[in-house]
Amino acid sequence: MASDTDDQARTQATPRRGTETHRAIEAVWRIEAARLIAGLAGLVRDVGLAEELAQDALVAALEQWPESGVPRNPGAWLMTVSKRRAIDLIRRNERLERNLIELGHRLDTDEDLPEVDEIEDDLLRLVFTACHPALSVEARVALTLRVLGGLTTDEIARAFLVPESTVAQRIVRAKRTLADKKIPFEVPQATELSARLESVLEVIYLIFNEGYSATAGDDWMRPALCEDALRLGRVLAGLMPKEPEVHGLVALMEIQASRSAARVSPSGEPILLLDQNRARWDRLLIRRGLTALDQAEKLGDGTLGPYTLQAAIAACHARALNPEDTDWVRIASLYEALAKLSRSPIVELNRAVALSMAYGPAVGLQLLDQIADEPSLKDYHLLPSVRGDLLFKLGRREEARTEFERAADMTRNARERTLLRERATACHVQGSR
Amino acid sequence: MKFMIVGKANAETEAGALPSQEVVDNMHAYNEALTKAGVLLAAEGLYPSSQGAQIAYSGGKATVIDGPFAEAKELIAGFWLIQVKSREEAIEWAMRVPVPPGYDGIGLDVWRVFDASDVPDDSLPADERDREQALRDRLGVDTPNP
Repeated sequence: MASDTDDQARTQATPRRGTETHRAIEAVWRIEAARLIAGLAGLVRDVGLAEELAQDALVAALEQWPESGVPRNPGAWLMTVSKRRAIDLIRRNERLERNLIELGHRLDTDEDLPEVDEIEDDLLRLVFTACHPALSVEARVALTLRVLGGLTTDEIARAFLVPESTVAQRIVRAKRTLADKKIPFEVPQATELSARLESVLEVIYLIFNEGYSATAGDDWMRPALCEDALRLGRVLAGLMPKEPEVHGLVALMEIQASRSAARVSPSGEPILLLDQNRARWDRLLIRRGLTALDQAEKLGDGTLGPYTLQAAIAACHARALNPEDTDWVRIASLYEALAKLSRSPIVELNRAVALSMAYGPAVGLQLLDQIADEPSLKDYHLLPSVRGDLLFKLGRREEARTEFERAADMTRNARERTLLRERATACHVQGSR
Repeated sequence: MKFMIVGKANAETEAGALPSQEVVDNMHAYNEALTKAGVLLAAEGLYPSSQGAQIAYSGGKATVIDGPFAEAKELIAGFWLIQVKSREEAIEWAMRVPVPPGYDGIGLDVWRVFDASDVPDDSLPADERDREQALRDRLGVDTPNP
């Protein structure tokens, strides 16, 4: 692409006031930030510096565009401005220049903009750098949303319910850590790729779950994190189309997001999957999720990773028009595979539920009894709650009542406690007949 | 939030004329940019109105009118469904649609798409829900993939 900073700006039929231009600039930033920072980091090999250069260009846009109008190719405008600054900086700073030459990095000082393919490579480098394991998980999340999601510090702070200064500090420290530890701006070697990719996927899914756990009355930035995570996931799927788990994660998020309109009652209470009004599930997102899952399964060639397995489970629910159409046999076998990978007792608990739905409560109970002594489930109220449910279905009411009461004592959620006590009472009444 | 960018029809699209290779290439590049940015949910191009129909209502009676229709500017030629952060971002993406140079008049509409999560769940009364469910059952919407 040729450098295109032509003065011919877009015209507006309804004249825009200053704030409107600002909002247009914000939109441009959202679209361009990641590619801009990636391209600059490719040039200066330093994500912190690249981010600052990009910010400078944003400031220049905020100063100039309200007067001149938004340029026809705003991305190229921002890239040209910040690249000029980068080159000035390198010329003035011998140490930086030497570093770059030592890295064997070309220093093309002409006005050519990086080619599209180069930007794609730089974008992937940026993903792996922002999610580098040398950084704390909070730092990875903040930096990823900042440089890849184009969110402001204030937006990140509102989304995570922390003060803005906390987020700003996390980002400053993250950039310093990257510089101090001389973390190279690169895609990891094949030998460490899968471990490093795990960190990237973890960050994206963490962002998604933060948004998913938002409750009514929260700042709208919070649920919007789901869309931010989905967007990052889709971008990553484009950058690494051959990685099955990337598609697996995208599938999982698309299908989970498809239920967002059905999973909370008007009063803000969560609605269980089997009680949700499936007419409110987003069919388009389900379809997209199933397509991504298909891709993950094809690429996985028989062995499915943890995200793909979870997506496959979510897909079993998504495909069922009615709860009673759910393929519990398949879900149980997917949980079995997931349990082998994760060795998590909570996965085993879910597997026990699936087994009881597929083969009857006695089979589920058998597995529950095997994990009953797991230390990590000691305070987990769902264990006695599920156990009570299975015992109730088997007609062992007295034992069921004990379990429901135990669960009620353990849960911290008042509404859930009420429900569990009601179930305990129901055991008593029916059991005494 | 979701937005729909609607491409308006014109005399050429209505005539079913194949767009030039350049226009096709530009459109591919645009769609790819939307995909790579993670914002594209769906996009489709439409045949001329000669392959469609309109349904007019009068006095409780429906009448089918076969295409083509004369007022090209009231027709649409395609759409993109995107998921973005703001109305401004949707407009910014719309501004990047490669409309052929020299195009005159309204070329695109940008509409915000209704999202089920915009309204609380009680908006659908139980009997309405059952009816919708029965309809979906009958249509076999989203029958499981193999």
